[in-house]
Order: sequence, then structure tokens, then C-alpha cells
Amino acid sequence: MDVALARSWIAAIAAAVAEQADYLTQLDSAIGDADHGVNLNRGFTAVVTALDTADPRTVAEVLVKTGTTLVSKVGGAAGPLYGTAFRAIGKALPADSSTVDAAELGVALRAGLAAVQKLGAAVPGDKTIVDAYGPAVAAFEEAADDGLPAAARAAAEAAAEGMRATTELHARKGRASYLGPRSVGHQDPGATSTWLIFQALADVAA
Amino acid sequence: MKKFINDPAAVVREALAGVAAAHPDLRVDIEQQIVVRADAPRAGKVGVLSGGGSGHEPLHGGFVGLGMLDAACPGEVFTSPVPDQILAATQAVDGGAGVVHIVKNYTGDVMNFQMAAELASDEGIEVQTVLVDDDVAVEDSTWTAGRRGTGATLIVEKVTGALAEAGASAAAVAAAGSRVNEQSASFAIALTACTTPAAGKPGFELPDDEMEVGVGIHGEPGRRREKLRPAREIAAMTVEAILGAKPLAAGTEAIVLVNGLGGTPLIELYLLYGEVAALLDKAGVQVARNLVGNYVTSLDMAGMSVTVCRADAEILRLWDAPVRTPALRWGV
Repeated sequence: MDVALARSWIAAIAAAVAEQADYLTQLDSAIGDADHGVNLNRGFTAVVTALDTADPRTVAEVLVKTGTTLVSKVGGAAGPLYGTAFRAIGKALPADSSTVDAAELGVALRAGLAAVQKLGAAVPGDKTIVDAYGPAVAAFEEAADDGLPAAARAAAEAAAEGMRATTELHARKGRASYLGPRSVGHQDPGATSTWLIFQALADVAA
Repeated sequence: MKKFINDPAAVVREALAGVAAAHPDLRVDIEQQIVVRADAPRAGKVGVLSGGGSGHEPLHGGFVGLGMLDAACPGEVFTSPVPDQILAATQAVDGGAGVVHIVKNYTGDVMNFQMAAELASDEGIEVQTVLVDDDVAVEDSTWTAGRRGTGATLIVEKVTGALAEAGASAAAVAAAGSRVNEQSASFAIALTACTTPAAGKPGFELPDDEMEVGVGIHGEPGRRREKLRPAREIAAMTVEAILGAKPLAAGTEAIVLVNGLGGTPLIELYLLYGEVAALLDKAGVQVARNLVGNYVTSLDMAGMSVTVCRADAEILRLWDAPVRTPALRWGV
């Protein structure tokens, strides 16, 4: 992955989030507070503008800038969680990274997951971002030797599966947890946006 | 759903422009989304700051002024403010004696305020945090994000604001806020869902003859759904939930808030207050002070919450202290 590809990834996420904003908000209105799509769309729109202005020189800079902008623009739980994830991913990459290989990106994605879990204190099965992100990283690492396109595709498939599996889960973190057993039967909006992020990576890496 | 708006994405900023126009005695930064007392920061005075998603007005911006908050940072509708915004508000009210953050216990609010507190601490500002989690409808366990901050937030803001005005230290102000929170319990019932400007339609469907029991203030459904009952029975269910979670000994004094969620007329809130006061009287609780009205709302949701705060002489003295804000004013 070079700087251009990293920026294409972020642009693809922004496009997917814009296109799916209503769907994400609809999922969030069932078990949350009906703002997930709106907030992420505002955040990634701001990220695209911020990257145009900053004109980063390394993959690490692209991802750290993405994270910093999400923290300052999104709010709610999604802002700190996705913001912290992208910042941690960027910081885990070699600082002079004009290009990074799949193995290096795998290590960085794993660091992003650790940062999300540290901040949100969520474990697998809590019906959160982690339920899509965890399997995606594991699949990415496993396929990393086959190169970025294969690893990203495997990650997107695992994220989709993890996302779908959240439907049957009883939420234990975030606003959906207030519903108790009534959260069962609804797909988690955070796991869904995480799938969009990995699907965007698979699309641009293909 | 019909609403008085121009553009769903501009509602918060356009409402802040209205606050600025209506209250020239407050400093409103529309760009950063911050409402600050005109005389802040005051040297040596602890700054008291709160914030949270918009849609709960008058909470929090309506409580900025003498004897209550020094600043409020409203986020987007039902979305917590962001760290930069909270930091800017913290800096605006720091008079060198520290700043107390009053944070409602929601995942997003807690994370954003925590990040802001770390940034402020890097700049040498002492930040104390009071976490408000008074909603007893949610079980406080590792199976949930913990109890939510609702009606007691108003009492916490009033008491901490009065104490800061009197010159207390940041630690003392925060301790008083935490004590009010621990001694408070709230419970809410909704008759309709609310409609966020962005979604344009109600957050959930509720048949005409049903109510959401144990509802939150963000349009999320409650703990359970039941057939609608007469106000007397709803009041009894609410008082029972509150006293069941935080029992009060006979003879205890309390501050009682009967709060509308935005779409319930005052005539119904007063009717409910009458029922609640009678039930508390029967339980031996002495209602020392009360407040009836729309204070911690959930946009246009029809519904109400009851908050009971066990009061002592200090809390009552601070409650009675002068306050001059857009939504609460007495003694001045």
C-alpha cells in the first residue's frame, strides 16, 4: 500500500459511508439513537477535506490524520473509537512508510483493534465494532502472505460474517445494552460500519 | 414529521444563533458550539462545565449563568460533544482553580470527556469529573454500559454551580456533585418516540394504547412495553421503581423533579406531580423542594421522568442559592 492507495481507501470509505448513511442510521434507530450514519458521514467528509489540505507524505500520516479528524468531528462513541483505531493503525506503521506491505498493515490493524478494545473495554460477543473488526484482522493476518488484495478480501468476508452474527447477540456495551434482551434480533450498526471499512479496503486493493 | 427547521444538518448551530440572540448576557461561540458565562473565567473560581448531545434543552446550555454552569458544550443531536470542543470550553472557564466536568454516563460522553480531560491536564488544568448515572431503569451491571445520566443532572449542576460560586475547591465541588448523584434516582415513561431532525421519523413505533417503561432520553426504546394505564398507576409504578432502587427512610427530606420529555403538556406534568407527591408522602418522604416542567428533554417525546434526590441541609442550602440562567432563576 502506498500513499495514493491509502488515500483511495479513505475516499472509498467516505463514499460507502455517504451511500449507506441512511441504512446505518436506520440500524441505529432500532437499538441506539439514530445517528450513526449521520455522524460517520460528517466525519469522513471532514477527513477527505483534511487529507486534501494536509497532503500527507506517508501511509502512516494518512491514517493518523484520518483518526485525528474523526476524533474531532464525529462525537458519540464512534468518534473516539474509530478515531483511536485509525491513529493506532497509523502509529504502528513504519514512520517513513511511503509504502507498506500486507504483513506490516496486518500488524497495524491488530494495534488498531487493541486500541479500540482498550478504550471501549469491549470483548468479542458484546455486539460491537469488535465483533466485525476482530475476525477481519485475524483473516487479514492469515492471508497476509498472499498479498494485500487477498488479505483485504479475506478480511472483508470475515467482517461481513462477524457483522451478520451480531444480530443474534445480546448487547453488553454502548447504548444498545440498555435494551437488554430486546437488543437481540438487530444487527449492530458499529459492526456494520466496520464491515464497510474493510470492504472499502478490499475494493481499492483488488 | 413536521418540524421548524431549515436544514437537518444545521439545527444545532442555528439554534445556538437563537440562544445568542435571546441571551446577550451569554457568550455563544457558534463555530465551536460552546455557551459560556459572560464573566468567565473568574480568577480563583472553579469552573463548572457540562455538555452532551443536543436535543435535551434546556439541558445544558439553558443552565449556564450565575450560580450554575460556567459553560456548556452541546454536541450534535443526541451525540456527545468532541474532545476539542470540550477542551475549548474547559480553557474558557479555567480561572486557575480547576474545572469540574459534569458527564452523563453514556459510552460516547464518557470517552470524549475523558479525552478532553487528558488534553486539559496536558495544559496544566486540573479537571475533576462527576459522572451522573441516576436512571434506575437500567441495571448497573457488567452486562450493560451502566445506569444512564438523566434528570439528576439538573440537581448536580445546580448544587455544584452554587458551591463553586461560593468559592469551594474543585475537589469539594466534585465531591458534592457525586454525592447528589449517589443520593438520586430517576425513572422515565414514554408515550411516544421522538423524531431526530436527521432521521425525520420516530425512532420506534409505539401503538396508541401502549407505553415504553424505563425509557432513556435519546429516543432509544425502554426496558419493556406495556399497555397504557391511568396516570395514578403510572406514578405508582415510577415511585415504586425509584424507592425500590434507592430506599428512603421515613422522615427523609427530598428534592423531587417531575420532568417532561418535551412533548407532554404542563397540565399533565402537574397532574403527575400531585400523584407523585401523595405517594411520597404516604411513603414517609418529605418533599422539601420540587420542580415541575420540561428540563431534561428528549426532543418531542411525549413522556415524563421522576427524579428523587435525598437532600440534607447542605444540599438544600445550595439548591436554594441564587441562580440566574435562561431556564432556571431564583433568588436574584
